[in-house]
Formats: sequence, C-alpha cells, structure tokens
Amino acid sequence: MSTKQLDSNRLLSDLYRQEHLKMIAVLCSCFGLKHIEVAEDIIGETFLKASENWATASVPEIPAAWLYTVAKNKAKDYLKRNTIFETIIAGDIKPEEGEPEWDFELSSKQIEDSQLAMIFAVCDPSNSKEGQVCLALQVLCGFSVEEIANAFLSKVETIKKRLLRARSKLRESHFQIQVLSEFDIKFRQDSVLKTLYLLFNEGYFSRTSNQLIRNELCAEAIRLTLILTENLLTDTIETKALLALMCYQSSRLEARTNDRGEALLFEEQDQNLWNKDLIEKGNYYLVQAFQGDQVSKYHLEAGIAYWHTNKTAKDKWQHILNLYNQLVLTEYSPITALNRAFAIAKVYGYEKAILETEKLKLDDNDQYHKLLGYLYETIETDKAIDHYSTAVQLTKSKTAKQILLKKIAELIAKS
Amino acid sequence: MLIFRLKDLEDFKPTPEQIHERLNWLAGIAAQNKLADQGNSLLPFVGSAKTVRPDNIVTDGPYTEIKEFLVGYVVVRTETIDEAVEIAKQNPIFKLGGNIEIREVLKHH
Repeated sequence: MSTKQLDSNRLLSDLYRQEHLKMIAVLCSCFGLKHIEVAEDIIGETFLKASENWATASVPEIPAAWLYTVAKNKAKDYLKRNTIFETIIAGDIKPEEGEPEWDFELSSKQIEDSQLAMIFAVCDPSNSKEGQVCLALQVLCGFSVEEIANAFLSKVETIKKRLLRARSKLRESHFQIQVLSEFDIKFRQDSVLKTLYLLFNEGYFSRTSNQLIRNELCAEAIRLTLILTENLLTDTIETKALLALMCYQSSRLEARTNDRGEALLFEEQDQNLWNKDLIEKGNYYLVQAFQGDQVSKYHLEAGIAYWHTNKTAKDKWQHILNLYNQLVLTEYSPITALNRAFAIAKVYGYEKAILETEKLKLDDNDQYHKLLGYLYETIETDKAIDHYSTAVQLTKSKTAKQILLKKIAELIAKS
Repeated sequence: MLIFRLKDLEDFKPTPEQIHERLNWLAGIAAQNKLADQGNSLLPFVGSAKTVRPDNIVTDGPYTEIKEFLVGYVVVRTETIDEAVEIAKQNPIFKLGGNIEIREVLKHH
C-alpha cells in the first residue's frame, strides 16, 4: 500500500469516528428510526466511495463536506427510487404531486439537536446494560461488531445477538430525531448518563488489556458527554459531575497499567504520567457541578477521584472514606462496599478493615478475597494465602490470576 | 426497626467526630446491603416536638413525662432479630448513655 493510500485510510477512519454520529442523526431525522438500516447503508456506501476516490484522486479540500454532499445525494436517490417503487406497487399514481422535497440542508443548531436526540433514542432504559453500551458503540460511535467484540472480549455472535434485540427496540421506539422535548429529557436523562458512565467504565476497567481500545472507549464517552453539555437542558450539574469524573479517571489512563498491561494501585503509579490538563478540566467541571444543592453518585465518585489526584493532603483518606460512606448509602454495589473497606484500612488500620470486610460476606467475589488477602498479608500470612488462593479460583482474568499467584509465591517464600 | 433514644438534650448536637462515627456505622450496614431505610433524625427541641392528647390537649414535646426522648430511627433488613441486635450493638449512641429499641416491622403481604 502506498503512503498516500495509508494516509487516506487513516484520515477516513478518523472521519468515520468523528462524523458518524452527525451523519446518522441527520439521516435518521429524515428517514425516521424505523429505517435506521437505510441510513447506515448510505453512510457505508459514502465511505466506500471516499476510500475509492481519495486513494486514486486527491483528497478533497474539506473532506467532511465532501462526505456530506455524497451522503445527501445518495439519500435523495434512495428516496426517489423508493417513492417510485412504492407508487408502482401501490398503483396510485398522483401526477399532480411533484417530487417530494427532502431537506438535508440542516442548520448547525438542527444538527446538534439531531445528535442529542439520537443519543437519547439509543440510551433506552428497557435494554440490558450490555445492550445499551453495545448499541451506543455501534450507532453513536460507529464501532463495527468486530470492534465491539474485541472491546468486550466477547464472541462476535454474542454481540450480534445483543445488538439484534436492542436495535429492534430502537426501530420501534416512538423517538423522533428532532428537538428533544423536556419530557423526553426528564424521562431519559438518567439513563443517558448511566449509559455514558458504563461506556466509560467499559474503557477504564476494560476486560481487554489493549490500551488503544481502552483509550478510545473513554474518549468516545467523553465526546458524547460533551455534547450533552452543549445543550442548556441536558447540561445539568449531574452531567458536569459525570464529566469531571471522566476527566479525572482519564488523567490516569497512561499511568494505571505497567508495560505488561497489568493494573497498578494508585500508590504504585508513576504520578508524572498523570495528565495535568485533564486534572485541571476535572477540577473545572467539579466546581461547576457543585453549584447546585443536589449531590448525585457522579458527584461522589468525582469527589473520590479528585482526592486520588491529590498526593499529599493530610486528611485525604478520611475524605475518601466519607465519600464512600455516602456513595454506598446512595447506591449499594459490592465494589463500592469493598472500596469503602479499603478506605477504612487507610484511616483506621488493617485490623478494623478486616472486621468490616468480613461482614460483607461476598464469598463468591474474587475482589473480596483479594482485599482480604491484602489486609491479612502482614497480620496472618496463612489467611492471606488462603484468600489469595480462593481469589485465583474465582477470577476469570488471566493477568489477575498471574498477579495473585505471584503474591502467593512471595508470601510462601517469606513464611 | 432500630429506635434511638437519648437522655440529655445536649447530646443531640453531635461533634464532627460523632458525626463520622454515626456515618461509618450507617454506611457499614449499607455496605452489607442490609439497610432498608436510612430513616430520619427527630428533632427534640421546643417548637419541633408536640404531643396531642384526648380533648385536644397539646403539649410541648414528650419530655415532660419521660426521662428519655426519641431522636431517630433506621430500618435494617436482616434474617433474624438477633442479627439486628448485633448491628445495633456497634452504634456509638451507647457512649452517650443512649439506648436502641429493636422492633420487627409487620410485613403486609
């Protein structure tokens, strides 16, 4: 492949990510969600044409504009063909009626509204968590089924099944891709934020060790959340808190794994690798998020992430424990309960933390045994080894298994 | 349901340290996924507490007749009342000479 071809391919895949949401939103605002497949076909054909043309001829001056013109023409062709087809089949020709005028010349405001509506249409709370995230990746971020399968470490068939269900719901939904009503926003905003939060976490706590995929998922979640901040109605303090959380977490993306892709604890990370700009952005959004009197779980998690960026504060862990206390009171989850127990260890010592952790009785949870193993290390080596061994049995991740086995070997050598 | 009572009105205004202890205790129940209702604190001060008796007799607060007064409640979800008793034992209220009454809630099916 020539350099020119490589450059044009790189450009095209970047453009695909950047423009996919806008294109599909505009097309669906004309065709309706019922015909989302038509919109996707048109986008596919447009990019195919671009890859053929740009590799041989030169790349147009404004590539995105070129793509829009081609997509628009393809859409017009489709509607023309489809109208002719339907009139012939239906047999009721109405000669007086001229060719219907389809308006693809949307203002930038209309494009923004369509994008936002598309995000809300996709984040349907009646879909499973996995279904929502897969659908968001496919429709909003332009990921292929293979790319989603890679990110989830799942089989392509599994992802296809998940998407099939979620897509049929989307097609049949009442959603119009136009200006969102206040009712839709009120009714779905929670679900939208939750999907974006899950999408981000899928990247941040990813099952895959591929750093590129992780960064991409996190970047996509931030991009979509930023779209919410551009509309007065969706730019709530919760949205800002979520964005702050995403900025803080992203600032550590580079530092949180070592060169073998193994996850590192905060204390083990090279803090020089933390991205200062993103921490600043996190601070900016967090301050804004606290301008109301409502505190969501995103506020609490962003608060925790904020304290983690602070290396030296004296009461750091006391603050973190307080926030975990509030978080577990807002919404129970085993992982929150375990993180809270870790904060207790930092504030009140390991013995107290062991008592609190053992009350949780999460016997089937690998993280639970991993934490107990860690807490018992300096107190009762035998128990530490026992818990680490149970964690090895329970964990599904190969890297986690290796790390745990290494710990066990170290403990045996010491005892 | 755990019902909290105190003896001294002064103890109702907790120090930051006491607030920490209470929050830790409450979050500890939530961390076990056993908190059914965070409940409420009940203000025992004049103007915040009234008692209505037969013949429309209204008096200030309950504390003229009894030595202890109610300050709040939370609802926990446990298999047995003994489990609830164990949870109650960890509460810092005993340091203030308060007490906790534990009552099973009647379930409507």
